[in-house]
Amino acid sequence: MLTESEVKDVARTMRLLIIEDDRDAADYLVKAFREAGHVADHAADGEEGLALASHEPYDVLVVDRLLPKLDGLSVIGALRAKGVSTPALILSALGAVDDRVKGLRAGGDDYLPKPYSFSELLARIEVLARRHGGREETIYRVADLELDRLSHRVTRGAEEIVLQPREFRLLEYLMKHAGQVVTRTMLLENVWDYHFDPQTNVIDVHISRLRSKIDKGFAHPLLHTVRGAGYVIRDGAR
Amino acid sequence: MTALGKLLRTTAFRLTLVYLSIFALFAAALLAYFALNTRRMINDQIVRTLDSEIADLTRQFEIGGLRGLMIAVETRAGHPGSNLYLVTTRTGDGLVGNVGSLEPGVIERTGWMETAYRRIDEPEIAEHQALVRVLGLSGGFRLLVGRDLEERERLFSIVAIAGRWSVAIVIVLGIVGGIFVSRRVLRRIDAMSDKAQTIMTGDLTGRLPIAGSGDELDRLSANLNAMLERIETLMRGLKQVSDNVAHDLRTPLTRLRNRCEAALRSARDEGDYREAIETTIEESDTLIRVFDALLMIARAESGEPRGGMETFDAAEIARDLGELYEPVAEEKGFVLHVKAADTAPVKGNRELIGQALANLLDNAIKYAGTAAVDAEGDRAVPDIAVTAETKADRVILSVADRGPGIPAADRGRAIERFIRLEKSRSLPGSGLGLSLASAVAQLHGGELRLEDNEPGLRAVLILPRADGLQKAT
Repeated sequence: MLTESEVKDVARTMRLLIIEDDRDAADYLVKAFREAGHVADHAADGEEGLALASHEPYDVLVVDRLLPKLDGLSVIGALRAKGVSTPALILSALGAVDDRVKGLRAGGDDYLPKPYSFSELLARIEVLARRHGGREETIYRVADLELDRLSHRVTRGAEEIVLQPREFRLLEYLMKHAGQVVTRTMLLENVWDYHFDPQTNVIDVHISRLRSKIDKGFAHPLLHTVRGAGYVIRDGAR
Repeated sequence: MTALGKLLRTTAFRLTLVYLSIFALFAAALLAYFALNTRRMINDQIVRTLDSEIADLTRQFEIGGLRGLMIAVETRAGHPGSNLYLVTTRTGDGLVGNVGSLEPGVIERTGWMETAYRRIDEPEIAEHQALVRVLGLSGGFRLLVGRDLEERERLFSIVAIAGRWSVAIVIVLGIVGGIFVSRRVLRRIDAMSDKAQTIMTGDLTGRLPIAGSGDELDRLSANLNAMLERIETLMRGLKQVSDNVAHDLRTPLTRLRNRCEAALRSARDEGDYREAIETTIEESDTLIRVFDALLMIARAESGEPRGGMETFDAAEIARDLGELYEPVAEEKGFVLHVKAADTAPVKGNRELIGQALANLLDNAIKYAGTAAVDAEGDRAVPDIAVTAETKADRVILSVADRGPGIPAADRGRAIERFIRLEKSRSLPGSGLGLSLASAVAQLHGGELRLEDNEPGLRAVLILPRADGLQKAT
């Protein structure tokens, strides 16, 4: 049950380390994270980043790939070798197709090509910070909406909702990250397992279909659109 | 570097020198062998003659005693140009013969030796070389028979002189020939490097000269020319791309800038600013998308992402994407069908193939909006069909629509970057979808074909089929 305290837990202050050599980009990130209610430290090169990440308890590391002294993938590799499992998101300006694969293979937990939108970065970091908690439940609940991952049953109140398999996975992902904003690319990656950027609004249409099944006819809508960012499922009453 | 210096440093000239030295050495050795052999042959001849003379004279001595010997020697020595003869007493005093003087001690020893001598009738100063044999006779007398060596030395020197001249001529001719050959080669190489210089300074249309003899230099030139041809094509493509990029990015960038300026100038409240900034972000996202697509095409065309090759099921991609696009197609009034084989294994980059197929679907949904009208005036069923099938060693992914299609004449152009056919110019899009799909197909050793769906467009990705499918993920 995703209780109020857990929703707060999601929104709790995160301690982040940004390892990025571009001073302007780093300053922008530190400021933007502060405005989002988080604390962010900055390391300007790979060695400094490795030292800080080894000794300080961060929630998530944001690592640029190309860094002076020690490149981003090596920093993550060195941390993993030391047994530091802080989730790491790799930022890369390289953008090659197999770049993401390389990044994840090196021990990164997520990958975002530059240029990125801050809302996308923030959404991914919040998901990473929570995933680190390692909570995998069999039943997800948001208000009166309930999803049973074992029996594949979805109910709202007393009513059973029939979903297509993909709609079920879509709702499952949204509810797993209830209270957190998930972006369209996150949905495409995690529900469909594709990593490209569709030009048409394919995801939006899937969402509106899902919405018509879970929210239509109920007083409080649960599935909300966050403008310029993505979607969030939460108890709208709060 | 002087012209001569340059010539002397050529590979051709150096090779000539090496060959020349080896050849001259062999020639000299051969001639030396010949000369020495000649000399030995003459020696043998002399020895044989003298041996027979000595045998004769010894017989005379045995028959006629000292007297008989002396008469025989007397007779023989008298002939002009005769061999050398000398008979002496035990003390070395000459009894008879034509030898005036000898090197001291010669007469005391017996056997073969070479010595300087003078004939009895010659002036004191004349000295010659001779090969002599001294024989001890009974009673202490000594008999010397010899032959002048002048003939031998003359022959030897003739051969030696001829030999030296031959070697000298070989060397001179060799060097002259070497210079000639090197200059010929050098001239062609110079012509090639001059041309290369002009090409390097920017004239990519230049080509290296070909003499037409089909030799190794011609082959080299031909290959370098083929390389230049390829480079020129690539450069032209690149120029075309950068022109198009400049155009296609400049337009939205200008729009972006104008909007910001307009907001600065006329926005009255925060809401106006917010709206302007939001549109600006949207437009910059479009720009980024165009940029990403360009980058992906460039990477696919350069064959870069070979690293991410795996065997995957193209039929699954068709089903996945069909399912992904079905709601949006339905919203636009299409019926989307997927007809996929059980498996269609392809070795390659799943993301890229997925992206390519998604682009074809995007296109179909975007452009098939106005369903074609057939002969009877009925509107054709506005459906979109996605298929995945295997045919022999090929995997065929296709997206077919019932839209206006692309006229046969325009299909080739439609695949080119940034080409947006006249009718579609008003619709949004980067104009890169088909060229990306085509680049991806080519990267996988396949191709993108645009066909007439009668009516409509059938875009077909033809890919090589992989052997097996390891069920991963």
